[in-house]
Amino acid sequence: MEWIQQLVNGISLGSIYALIALGYTMVYGIIKLINFAHGDVFMIGSFIGFYAIAKWELGFFPALLLAMAICAIFGVLIERIAYKRLRNATRIAALITAIGVSLLIEYTTIFFRGAQPAAYPEVFKNKSFDIFGVQISSTSILILSVAIVLMILLQFIVHKTKIGKAMRAVSHDADAARLMGINVDNTISATFAIGSALAGAAGVIFGVYYTKIDPLMGVIPGVKAFIAAVLGGIGIIPGAMVGGMLLGVVESLVSALGFSLWRDAAAFVILILILIFRPSGIFGKNAREKV
Amino acid sequence: MKESKKLKKFGSLLVASSLLAGVLAGCGNGDDSSSGGSSSSGGGSSDGDTIKIGANLELSGNVASYGSSIGLGAELAVKEINDAGGIDGKKIELIKVDNKSENSEATAAAIKLATQDKVVAMLAPATSGNTVATVQIANDNKIPIVTGSGTAPNITVNEDGSVNEYAFRTCFIDPFQGIVAANFASGELDAKNVAIFADNASDYAKGLAKSFKETITKSGGKVVKEEAYVAKDTDFRTQLTNIKAANPDFIFIPGYYEEVGLIVKQAREMGIDVPLMGADGWDSPTLIELAGADALNNTYITNHYSAEDPDQKIQDFVKAFKAANGDKAPDAFNALGYDSIYYIADAIKRAGSTDGEAIKNELAATKDLSLVTGTFSVDENHNPIKTATVLEFKDGKQVFNSKVNP
Repeated sequence: MEWIQQLVNGISLGSIYALIALGYTMVYGIIKLINFAHGDVFMIGSFIGFYAIAKWELGFFPALLLAMAICAIFGVLIERIAYKRLRNATRIAALITAIGVSLLIEYTTIFFRGAQPAAYPEVFKNKSFDIFGVQISSTSILILSVAIVLMILLQFIVHKTKIGKAMRAVSHDADAARLMGINVDNTISATFAIGSALAGAAGVIFGVYYTKIDPLMGVIPGVKAFIAAVLGGIGIIPGAMVGGMLLGVVESLVSALGFSLWRDAAAFVILILILIFRPSGIFGKNAREKV
Repeated sequence: MKESKKLKKFGSLLVASSLLAGVLAGCGNGDDSSSGGSSSSGGGSSDGDTIKIGANLELSGNVASYGSSIGLGAELAVKEINDAGGIDGKKIELIKVDNKSENSEATAAAIKLATQDKVVAMLAPATSGNTVATVQIANDNKIPIVTGSGTAPNITVNEDGSVNEYAFRTCFIDPFQGIVAANFASGELDAKNVAIFADNASDYAKGLAKSFKETITKSGGKVVKEEAYVAKDTDFRTQLTNIKAANPDFIFIPGYYEEVGLIVKQAREMGIDVPLMGADGWDSPTLIELAGADALNNTYITNHYSAEDPDQKIQDFVKAFKAANGDKAPDAFNALGYDSIYYIADAIKRAGSTDGEAIKNELAATKDLSLVTGTFSVDENHNPIKTATVLEFKDGKQVFNSKVNP
């Protein structure tokens, strides 16, 4: 029973990683940029949710939607201001800019509200269900269902809508897509908007589930989500979901075995192993270099 | 507000000049002792009819709340002593310097207080790390230092077992809290199978866990599970699942409030309803916000003192402090700062002089001194032997439970 309990713990953690990893993977898929500021968009989403619930007394779902909307706009702004003019620059220049944007967001937040943590208010009475000796809290069921709904929605957008089709085309070949009359800039903005909205949702869910939020909270989940994206195959949407869940479960099992202090290390060991043995990730195909 | 700004500015000016002074003192082999412009006679003297006591405190930086609290308590004590006629007719002058919560600044501030201000004794920083950074300065200049809340054993005793002659403290040391918690668990709560869930990133928590384990094992208890976490973690459910499976009837959680708040909340969500206990690291209003009042029921902490303690001396102090600080109830740091000044003043009075060595000898010889945080005598390691207070959380409020003697 203890193991099932640990699995439940791992899946709850993993679904948060998965939601953040989706943003990484989408942005990478379309402009080959590892957006290190993504973890901080997650943090901003968490704080918007916090103010929405604690100060403006909104419920959970309105707060979630508000955080997603503001993060979407925020993501587009970051892209327009910081990354757009570097579209044709070297990839290392864009990467360094991303790190700079990340630090800027973190320390601007600290400037305005200080570095002390805030405690998420309780949005609903947390009930625990006892299923065959396994304690499953209503919050963990909720975050899992929200995460799954959002992922299904994303799959729908990418595969069934016009903007999804444009995104897939741009990620395949941006120049050809432009020749076919696709507005590449708008498509990239839409990608940032969707990815950032998902990170914002993850931020609110994180706050509700883990209570404590602070301006530097995005750093570690951001890195973990990046590992999850690489694990699943960066640029591949189902890969990010599976990678996130898998990473969450692995971390929980490592602690369950009594190595709780090695949990973060385990994530990095996975990153190193995957880069050595299967750099394209679980779902990735080995792409041949074009000649 | 305005005053504190002025003070801050003044403080930073002093620190800047202290750096210069440190350099000068280094060059001149310290024989600029007469350049203070007053009648001074070597290390540890005072001007005319005032006795200067330095206060090297965290007034800004990341643990500013600790240092400022100590400072408020110290100021109240100085005011009370001066109003009552001072020490042998001499008024105390408290010279506060901001160490910005940094070790190097703490050292610089101590040098400045010792060589430039020529204080006769110093109130050392609030945290153990910053205090350790000033011990050498105190020994070199023969000026006694007293920390209010530096609880690490290595402030007064070096690793080789030798005692730092000029370093003292008013609080009990870390391992003592572990002993008190273990005695409370086995005596009052009748705990038999205990679990320990410790912050593995802090010496403080590890020291507490160690002494708790030793004591509870001695008194017949059994440690059925030990788990660890590191500071800044947010997910404790996996470790708590392991602890729950071991079925303990008491869990000891030494650590700081930021993580402990989440641990308590997550433990209660998972259906762990046994008593939980920690130490003074839990003492913060943020703990209650993070954990929630309900989850904190049936949890206990050891602490230096309680404002709720019915003892007359404590209630007098609470009243005086509230009158001086806009009705704010004093916390443990306020009380420790207040006590530190009385401890120093008592030693100066008994020494009958402001000579550093004489004061040091009296500080070490202190017996049965009655203070707000308990009556204490100093042991051979310069640590006070004093009572600890056990507090219980009831509906989000700390309630006085009992006093425990060592």
